[in-house]
Amino acid sequence: MLRVEDLHVDRGRTKVLQGINLSVEPGEIATLIGANGAGKTTTLMTLSGLLPIAGGRAEFRAERGPLDIGATSPVGLVRAGIIHCPEGRQIFGRLSIEENLQLGAYLSNDRDRIAQAVADIYEWFPILGERRALKAGNLSGGEQMMLAIGRALVAEPKLLLLDEPSLGLAPQITEEIFDALGKLNREKGVTMLIVEQNAMLALELADRAFVIENGRIVLTGTGKELLDDPAVFEAYLGVG
Amino acid sequence: MSDYLIQQIVNGLSLGSLYALVAIGFSLIYGVIRLVNFAHGDLLMIGAFMTFGLVASDMVPWAAIPLLVLAGGFAAGGLIERVAFRSISGAPMITGFIVTLSASIAIQNLALIFLGSQPRNFNFPEVFRMRLPIGGADVALIDIVIPAVTLLCALGLTTFIRRTRVGIAIRAVAENPFAAQLMGISIGRLVFLVFGLGGALAALAGLFWSGKYGQINPLMGFLPGLKAFLATIIGGVGSLPGAIAGGYILGFSEIAFVGFLPPEYSGYRDAFVFGLLILILLVRPQGLFGEAEQERA
Repeated sequence: MLRVEDLHVDRGRTKVLQGINLSVEPGEIATLIGANGAGKTTTLMTLSGLLPIAGGRAEFRAERGPLDIGATSPVGLVRAGIIHCPEGRQIFGRLSIEENLQLGAYLSNDRDRIAQAVADIYEWFPILGERRALKAGNLSGGEQMMLAIGRALVAEPKLLLLDEPSLGLAPQITEEIFDALGKLNREKGVTMLIVEQNAMLALELADRAFVIENGRIVLTGTGKELLDDPAVFEAYLGVG
Repeated sequence: MSDYLIQQIVNGLSLGSLYALVAIGFSLIYGVIRLVNFAHGDLLMIGAFMTFGLVASDMVPWAAIPLLVLAGGFAAGGLIERVAFRSISGAPMITGFIVTLSASIAIQNLALIFLGSQPRNFNFPEVFRMRLPIGGADVALIDIVIPAVTLLCALGLTTFIRRTRVGIAIRAVAENPFAAQLMGISIGRLVFLVFGLGGALAALAGLFWSGKYGQINPLMGFLPGLKAFLATIIGGVGSLPGAIAGGYILGFSEIAFVGFLPPEYSGYRDAFVFGLLILILLVRPQGLFGEAEQERA
């Protein structure tokens, strides 16, 4: 579904990604873990077309054939089904919950489908349904995360990019969010690429994992393999 | 109520409406991209000259003129966005200030070159200069039409922003352009739309202005533009109801200063109006309807 080969991305003069290779197959949860500043967010922003590619290639296998991510606009990528749920949630605090969800389906013209998709989110996260007219800025951090995920799901993602879903959330809330992500993957078949600093949670959930260090992938394996890897344990799981 | 008072209220409503029409565009544009568009007032002048040209040409039916002026204002507003704003997108805010100020001066000078510096008189046909007796006062029809149309425009625009998908997207871009982009919203197109809508309303104000005062000149947009900018500040920059309220506050106070102060002071009405602005901002720095920015982490 997603194939990234020798991807180089610069931000200003800094060479942030220095040859990333990774792939995500349909229906799986992949995770990209690594320390702060390793290039995780840069990777996701590149995949949603927000940063130019300096070298290498990123290809999205859509239904209508392969799509060169570097040559497609952000709007085109959303249309193709790459939906990015950004770091820090970035919900629209002054808009109502309902409006936030509606915006998730901005590119769709099918009113019935949008209504159904929004209703589905209210079923998944009943707390959002109860408060649909409330301004989203009034929600707690965990509820805002649910809204951010819901907003992304309304777009009917083929590939959901999640940037640090645990950021700023209490451990218990984080677990609830990750449970919900696992359930979405199993029951709806949503393919995901999750970027996380909380490596333990991400690896437990992931079918496939990539460890990024200084803009390069240094380890690849199944989630379980990496969980059992002493080097990973020492670097990312031992402390904190 | 004395006929004098009725007359003054109608005058205030009418003038306030004109400021409100221009202020709405200021506020929309600022709300979405945090840019004070100094060329916005000149769209009023453009609307006035379009009206003049269309009337003088005698080629289009009367009913079509307001529609053509709205369309022309939309195009002119959009053109300012393409030429003066898009070319500098991503630059610091001060650049936007300078570019729109330059655009304003350029528009005024082009108008001076091609339209001449002499003020032109022109009157709407007789039927549009009718006067109505209201409560003993003799009121110009246009002073009733202006507030009525303004109200319709304000309601229409507010409904558009509140209810429609594009309106929701405009509010989303105003709050968080980065996240809006992730929704598949094309920010460039929305910014163009906002400049166009603002331009259409300012041009409509120009049509009304020319009909109300019967005289137009290339620099006529400057002072109304400045005052409409003040109206948006009074109302709270970025707030549509604020811009409209600000327009009426400004219009009414201007009329009141002229109408109720001793004649020897009426020449200083702008000083009083600007003094009022300072007072309001001392009490409410964010404007009447402005929200102090706050977001949850």
